Formats: sequence, C-alpha cells, structure tokens
Amino acid sequence: MSDTKKFLYVNRRAPYGTIYALESLEVVLIGAAFEQDVSLAFLDDGVFQLTKGQKTDGLGVKNFSPTFRALGDYDVTKLYVEKESLEERGLSEADLQEIMYEDEDDDWEEKPSIRIVSRAEMVDIMSDQDVVLSF
Amino acid sequence: MATLHTVNKSPFMTQTLLSCINHAKDGDAILMIEDGVYGGMAGTGLSDAVAAKAASLNICVLTEDLEARGLDAGRLVEGVSAVGYDGFVDLVAETDRTQAWL
Repeated sequence: MSDTKKFLYVNRRAPYGTIYALESLEVVLIGAAFEQDVSLAFLDDGVFQLTKGQKTDGLGVKNFSPTFRALGDYDVTKLYVEKESLEERGLSEADLQEIMYEDEDDDWEEKPSIRIVSRAEMVDIMSDQDVVLSF
Repeated sequence: MATLHTVNKSPFMTQTLLSCINHAKDGDAILMIEDGVYGGMAGTGLSDAVAAKAASLNICVLTEDLEARGLDAGRLVEGVSAVGYDGFVDLVAETDRTQAWL
C-alpha cells in the first residue's frame, strides 16, 4: 500500500448550528474505508464538537458525539485538539469526552485518541499532510 | 513544502482570516477570494495584522473578485498583491497542498 496518503480533516465549527460537523464525521467514516492515514484536527469552534454530555433530545436532532468513540474501530486514532482554541473558549481537556482506541501494535492496549496540541504543533501537523479537507 | 491557504469569507463577519494567518507557516501563500478579498484592503481594523505577515507569507487577492466589488489593487495593504485566475492556478501548481479556510 505505497499509495497511502496522509489526510487531515480540519474541523472549525460548533456541532449543531450548521450541518458541517456531522457531514465531516460522515466523510471521515467513508474515507476510513479506503485505508488512508487519517487524522482529525479540531480548532476554533471545532473544539465544541468534542465536549462531553451532549444531549440533543430536546432539539430532535441526532446526537452524533458518541460516533467519535467508534472512530478507533476504523483505525482513525489521531484526534488533534488545539490547546489555545480550548482556552479561548474557557474549556480544558476535562470538558471533552474520553475517546479510546485499542493499539494493535501494543497488545491491544487502550490508548487515548485525543491529543492536545499547541497552535505551533498544529501548524506543523497541517503542513505535514498530502490532503487537507476543511469543514 | 508550502501550503496555499484560501480564505473566502469577509474578515469582518468571521475570524477565519485571523485563524488562517495564525496557522500559516513562513513561505506559505494566502489567497483571498470571494468575500475574503475585503481582508486585503488597506485602512481597515485588520490591515495591521495582514501587513505584519506580508513579508513572511505570499499574500494575494483575486483580481476578479476585487473588481466585482468595485475595488482595485491600489486599495490593498502594502505587500499584498493582486492575481488573476491564471495566478490562482500558478499558486495551486507551485504549492504542495491547498487548505481551504471555509
């Protein structure tokens, strides 16, 4: 599989005000079937997508936040969250849901998929990709 | 390994241009298109932030979108250049990836 490419899905919008966040997740799941090297980036309002305790019964729309926890089964295990974006919104890692994956190269040990990175690290992650898709 | 960043929203409506500027690496290109072209104008509240990056980034504005809005290249921040569709194509070809800031 030498033609594996690095795909980064950039999420910059909050979850329910527009359809972008849900559509991004749908595209990630579709893309995962093609066995590419997939990462997700959450910055600006995108960090709101990962907050825990989302409850949408009252809105009558699908709460898609649990779907993030299924990404590990599709080998999508790199969810980069920008620290500055969290802080600007009064959030910390403790406000985010726990998303784990089983590392097949390490005796199926459970590891966190969410990786908090600085803005400078995010710049490097973005510039290390073959394809960047924005939502 | 440079990136072409495109910005298509007015910087007075969203934070997108600022976020883009803060995530661009030295040597990258930023092309303002559609309502994004307002971000290239001199004499606005954002001109200083754009001017501060004009040396380390290649900041461009799409001429056709400028003209459609009654603006011309003389109104741009110093160091920001106007390019046409052919220049847009050149930027895509010269860079390693394109990141659309929606």
